[in-house]
Amino acid sequence: MRREPPQTVGDYTPLLFPAAMLTIFFVVPFGTMIAVSFFQRQQGGFYTPAFVFDNYARFLTAFFGGVLGFSLMMAIAVAICCVVLALPFTYMLTRMARSVQVVWLVALLSVLSLSEVIIGFAWSTLFSRTAGITNILVALGLMGEAKALTPSFAAVLTGMVYQAFPYTVLVLFPALVRLDPTLTEAARTLGASPLKAFFTVVVPALRNTIVATLIMVFIFALGSYLLPQLLGRPQHWTLSVLITDQAIYQSNMPFAAAMAVFLVLVTLGLVALTVIAGRKGEAA
Amino acid sequence: MNINSIKRRTLLGAGLAGASMLAMPAVLRAQDRSLKVGVYGGYFKDSFDKNIFPEFTKATGIAIESVAEPTGEAWLVQLEQAARAGQAPADVSMMSQVAMLKGQATELWAPLDMAKIKNASHLLDRFINKYPDGRVAGIGAVSWYITLVTNTDVFKEAPTSWTAFWDPANADKLGLLALVSNSFLLEVTAKTFMGGTNALDTEEGILKAFEKLAEVKPNVRLWYRDEAQFEQALKSGEIPMGQYYHDVTGLAAADGHPVRSTFPKEGGIQDSGCWALSRASQKAEEAHIFIDYMSQPSIQATLSRKVGTSPTVKRESTDLTDKEFAAVSSDIEPIIPRYDLYQTKSDWLNQKWTELIVG
Repeated sequence: MRREPPQTVGDYTPLLFPAAMLTIFFVVPFGTMIAVSFFQRQQGGFYTPAFVFDNYARFLTAFFGGVLGFSLMMAIAVAICCVVLALPFTYMLTRMARSVQVVWLVALLSVLSLSEVIIGFAWSTLFSRTAGITNILVALGLMGEAKALTPSFAAVLTGMVYQAFPYTVLVLFPALVRLDPTLTEAARTLGASPLKAFFTVVVPALRNTIVATLIMVFIFALGSYLLPQLLGRPQHWTLSVLITDQAIYQSNMPFAAAMAVFLVLVTLGLVALTVIAGRKGEAA
Repeated sequence: MNINSIKRRTLLGAGLAGASMLAMPAVLRAQDRSLKVGVYGGYFKDSFDKNIFPEFTKATGIAIESVAEPTGEAWLVQLEQAARAGQAPADVSMMSQVAMLKGQATELWAPLDMAKIKNASHLLDRFINKYPDGRVAGIGAVSWYITLVTNTDVFKEAPTSWTAFWDPANADKLGLLALVSNSFLLEVTAKTFMGGTNALDTEEGILKAFEKLAEVKPNVRLWYRDEAQFEQALKSGEIPMGQYYHDVTGLAAADGHPVRSTFPKEGGIQDSGCWALSRASQKAEEAHIFIDYMSQPSIQATLSRKVGTSPTVKRESTDLTDKEFAAVSSDIEPIIPRYDLYQTKSDWLNQKWTELIVG
């Protein structure tokens, strides 16, 4: 196939459709959101077009700072857990027979078909006192009496890792399949144990993939708002939960928009920092 | 190639337009008179479609097109924006009290002519929603109670007072509604400990109520937005106590689940929905006939029996038996939410509330 830069205006037409979609479904709504975030809130009514910073000012308090910090921390924890679990898992999966891989991948894909609601309710039942997994431990004589494991931070983390795990595997899988097996073979020939070969050869070779996966899971987890409500206490509610409260229950669109814009900016900032840090590391 | 693809796209577009025209809902049959009525989607709409609207059409010849409206204030926003464009997605809608007040602020509700609603004389006064200048903005459609509910396996004796929420013995056992504007716990606190909801007249009083309410926090296992989540946990005994809807709890108990709903001695929380007419509606005449019909004591009694709501008319005017009345209501003076606060102080209350439960 010959690749050459587009010659005429007509050559750009295939771009029109995606560009239009992106404009209609992303740029315009996001622009509207930014505009609304500066509107004047009418308490007991709706909002009027204006250009005020009240909504941002209300957000810049220790309280919302704490919630934002918690949300970011939670998303980072989910990303790290997912990658730590998924990397060895996917690596071993790629070494397996084709038929075994297919079964595993179909199973993981089927998890993706579950909605957040179903995942949340399933885990809250598994973690409950009356019907949860602690009852099995009691039956086995490992525990004195059944107890509830939810609501707690661990429960939220478990639910969110469960939800993000299939994505993590699916993103890592192609890179690991393409990884040249002679690399690890060379390491083994030179006397490295399989574990050492994994950490000194496979992990460094996949550095960029791992960073990209961390960022993807982080952003995915940041938007979660149902699982923290179903499995956590109020102090485990993420900023997304409070945004929903403002938008749907308080009909305070300007404030909800301001919080959402802030969240997007912080996220973009963190992603940019990660990418820059990655580049510097590469140059060194 | 380019030309081809454009052609194909145009064709596709035409096809889509054609398909969407075919998919448009069949326009209402050519009735002389019809009315679009918004009711909460799900259980409410299904019950109304089955038990109430067909009878109304039979009695008056006015066809009803029911519209499923979302709870919360999303419907108010839609009505408001449509009215600005001169449209009415529904002529008459069932609206919550807070939404009624917010709609009043923008003159969204067409004033109702009480001379055309003779049956309004049966209504309890608090179910006539008025503009500050006395014009009638809405008429009580249905009301319901939020009460103290318990799991009968865990609590052999029914609690008698809201103070049970504050009892240290109930640590980590409660399920409460997560929003200040739907849990009405400030009103409960004021009625139980501060002599009445008038204590909330001043910010000082409200802060005091918040302080008292903060003592409940260690007892709360779940702050719920989603009703199904609490209902399931209550039935299983996972969360054996809390606040919940009297009607639904009664239905669950009738199905054999170990739950009960109790009217505390301080009263249950009575919340209600109003019928309100959008100012953009062209069907004022039909709307008045509809609201008048719905305000009849016999219809209110039917609603109590079939939908499980509490009547908005005086009890004596209905033919409900003691048992039927007890299933949906109580003679104990109810706690009426301070809807005015959720309009005038909504952001402040919301902020304090969020800090209280999240902080």
